[in-house]
Amino acid sequence: MGCGESLTVKKNRPVNLRLTTIRFPCTAIVSILHRASGVILFLFIPLLLWLLEKSLHSAADFAAISECFASPVSKLFLLGLVAALSFHLIAGIRHLLMDIGVGESKCAGTMSAILVFILSIIVIGLLGVWLW
Amino acid sequence: MVNNALSFTGNGLRDWIVQRITAVILALYTFFMVGYFLLTPEVNFTSWQTLFASRWVSIFTLLALGGLILHSWVGIWTILTDYVKPAALRFTIEIIVILALISYFVWGIEVIWSV
Repeated sequence: MGCGESLTVKKNRPVNLRLTTIRFPCTAIVSILHRASGVILFLFIPLLLWLLEKSLHSAADFAAISECFASPVSKLFLLGLVAALSFHLIAGIRHLLMDIGVGESKCAGTMSAILVFILSIIVIGLLGVWLW
Repeated sequence: MVNNALSFTGNGLRDWIVQRITAVILALYTFFMVGYFLLTPEVNFTSWQTLFASRWVSIFTLLALGGLILHSWVGIWTILTDYVKPAALRFTIEIIVILALISYFVWGIEVIWSV
């Protein structure tokens, strides 16, 4: 903090360079995860298109894909993808509700951000049970 | 005036509206697909192909595909604008993403068409 003393600025201004002590508000976490999940979904568009093409092509290809997704590793991968979709969708619905004027206050924003997490965990859990 | 030459509509408000309209289409399509998987007793090749052979499902899928391409572009553009500062790098990634999205759109139409 030595350099602060040589400057003529207010000396008692808050300084926090310990980044690990900074906690993002949950609204910010929803925001960044909405972006991250969106990028993940974008990156997997070609895989989904390929799966759609193969699954519609022939009964043999459909069976091959079904067999492939019977393995635990690919189920886990699929769950990751539908988890990204679920979160993106739920956080997106929160966005749309705010756009039409529902829950725009700071307090409501925090509450709905927490609700997005809770709903996402429930939906992802149910999808996991369903896939297995 | 901010130069938005590569944003989808070149206008922030219009991009914003495109993102909302496509979001609603994609949400409806997702609910439709979840409903199909929940309500179909056994999803096999025949039931899966019958679904996509129906005209209104083809149209709905085409709308969702177009929505997905536009929604992706507005979202990716926003993220690139926020995080990739060097203009040349951002421009290069933007061109790659645009070409990829156009390819996906053509590919998707072929898939829907071939059923």
